[in-house]
Amino acid sequence: MDRGVSESVSAFLDMGGYAAFVWPSYAITALVLVGMLVASLRWLRSTEAALAALKAERGAKGGAGEAAGEA
Amino acid sequence: MSRFLHIARRDVRLAFRQGIGGLMAVMFFVLAVVLFPFGVGPEVNMLARISAGVIWVAALLASMLSLEQLFQADFEDGSLELLALTPMPLEVVVLAKVTAHWLTTGLPLIAAAPLLAVLLHMNTEGFTVLIVALALGTPSLSLIGAVGAALILGSRRGGVLLSLLILPLFIPVLIFGVGAVDAALAGFTVRPQLFVLGAFFLAALSLCPWAAAAALRQALE
Amino acid sequence: MIQRFANPNRFMRLSAAVVPWMAGATVILGAAGLYLGLFQAPADYQQGESVRIMYVHVPAAWMALFCYTSMAAASATALIWKHPLADLAARSTAPIGICFTFLALITGSLWGKPMWGTWWVWDARLTSVLVLFFLYLGYMALVNAFDDPARGAKAAAVLALVGFVNVPIIKFSVDWWNSLHQPASVLKLGGPSIHPSMLAPLLLMALAFTTYYFWVLLVRLRAEILSTKIRAVRLRQVHG
Repeated sequence: MDRGVSESVSAFLDMGGYAAFVWPSYAITALVLVGMLVASLRWLRSTEAALAALKAERGAKGGAGEAAGEA
Repeated sequence: MSRFLHIARRDVRLAFRQGIGGLMAVMFFVLAVVLFPFGVGPEVNMLARISAGVIWVAALLASMLSLEQLFQADFEDGSLELLALTPMPLEVVVLAKVTAHWLTTGLPLIAAAPLLAVLLHMNTEGFTVLIVALALGTPSLSLIGAVGAALILGSRRGGVLLSLLILPLFIPVLIFGVGAVDAALAGFTVRPQLFVLGAFFLAALSLCPWAAAAALRQALE
Repeated sequence: MIQRFANPNRFMRLSAAVVPWMAGATVILGAAGLYLGLFQAPADYQQGESVRIMYVHVPAAWMALFCYTSMAAASATALIWKHPLADLAARSTAPIGICFTFLALITGSLWGKPMWGTWWVWDARLTSVLVLFFLYLGYMALVNAFDDPARGAKAAAVLALVGFVNVPIIKFSVDWWNSLHQPASVLKLGGPSIHPSMLAPLLLMALAFTTYYFWVLLVRLRAEILSTKIRAVRLRQVHG
C-alpha cells in the first residue's frame, strides 16, 4: 500500500519523463508572480508608512496648516 | 503649403551645411554592410543569400541614426515653440521635417544600396526590386521614427531610448522589404510584398504625423 | 485640486474593499486550476505529460496581450478624458504585463525543448510575443525617462497607443514571414478541438491570472496614489 502511494507520487513527480520541463515552468511562474506580488505589497506598505510619518510630523506642528492645505 | 516647403527646405539646407556630417547616415550604412563579409566570410553564395536582409537591417539602423536630432535642436532653441504658435497645424510641421529627413537620409541610402548589393554579390534580378522596396519602405521608417523622436524630447538618454522605442515598430517594414527582394531573387512575383509596403507607407502617412504632433504638444506644455 | 483628489479618495475606499476579494479569488481559482491541470487533466497522446506546461504558458500569453490592451485602453482614457487614475493604471499595468510576457516566453521555451528539440524556434507565436516583450520594455523605459513623472506618463500613453495599433500589423507580418520559412508549427493550441478536460483547467488558470492581475494592479495603484500624495505634501512643505 505504502509502496503504491510512493510509486504514484514519484510517477507524478516524474511527469512521464518531462519533469525537467514541467516543474521549472511551474516554479518560474510561481516565483515571478509571487515576487511581483510581494514587491508591490512592500511598496504599498512603505508608502503607507511614509505618509503616516509625514502626517504625524504635520500633526505635531499643529492642525491649522492641514485645513488650509486640503482646501 | 509654402510654409511646408519653407521648413523642409530649411532642414535640408541645414543638413547640407553640416557637410560631411550630413552624410553620416550613408557612411554608417555602407560601413555596417561592409562589416558583414568580415563577420560571415567572403563566400559568394553565403553573401548573396543574406544580402537583402543585411542591406535592409543596415538601412533600418542608418535611418535611425539621425532621427534623434529631428526635433531636438528646434526644441532646445525654442523655435519649435514658435512653430507651434503659428496658425499652421503641427502635423504639417512634422510632415515637412519628415520629408527633409527622408531627403537627407532615405534618398542617399537608396542611392548607395545598388553599390552595396554589388559588394554582397546580390543577383542582378534583385536590384530594381531592392530600390523600389527601399523607396516604398524608407519613408515609413522616417514617419514612424518621427513619432519616437517627438516622444523622447526632454528625456534622459535620448538616443538609446529612441532605438528601444522604434526598432520593434520597424519590424513589419523589414519583413516585407526583405520579402520583396527575396521573392524577386527566387523568381516569384513581388507585387503582394510591394503592395503591403505601400499600404504601410499610406497608413504611416495618415497616422504618424498626427501621433508625432500629439507628442510634440505634450513636450511643449 | 478637489477634482483631482475626489476620485482617488473614493478609489482608495473602493479598492480597499475589493483587494481581499481579488486575493481570495486568485488563491481559490489558482488552486482549482492547478489541481485540475496537474492531477485530473489527461496527458496528451502526442506530447505526453509535457502538455501540462500549457496550463501556465497559454494563460500567460493571453494575459500578456490582455495587459497590453488594458494599458492602451487606460492610455486612451488618460489622453482623451484626462482622468487622473487612467495614467496611473496604465503605468501600473506595464510591469505586470511584462512579467506575463516574460513567463510566456520562458515557459514556451521550456515547452519547446522537448517538442522541437531546441530551446528557441522562430515560431510565429513565440516571435510575436518576443516583439511584444520589446514593446513593453520601450514603454517602461519611456515612462521612467523623464524627471517630471507627468510628462513621462503622457509620452508613454502616446507610445502605448502607437504600439497597440502596431500589434496586429506586427502579428500579420510575423505570421506571413513565418509561413515562408516554416510550413507548420508543432504546437497547435487554442483550436476548437481542445478536449473539455483540458479546457477547464486552462480557463481556470486564465481566470486566476486575471484576478491576480487586478489584485496586483489595485495594490500598485494604491501605492502610486499614496506616492502622489506624499509628493504633494512635500511640495507644500517646501513652498509653504
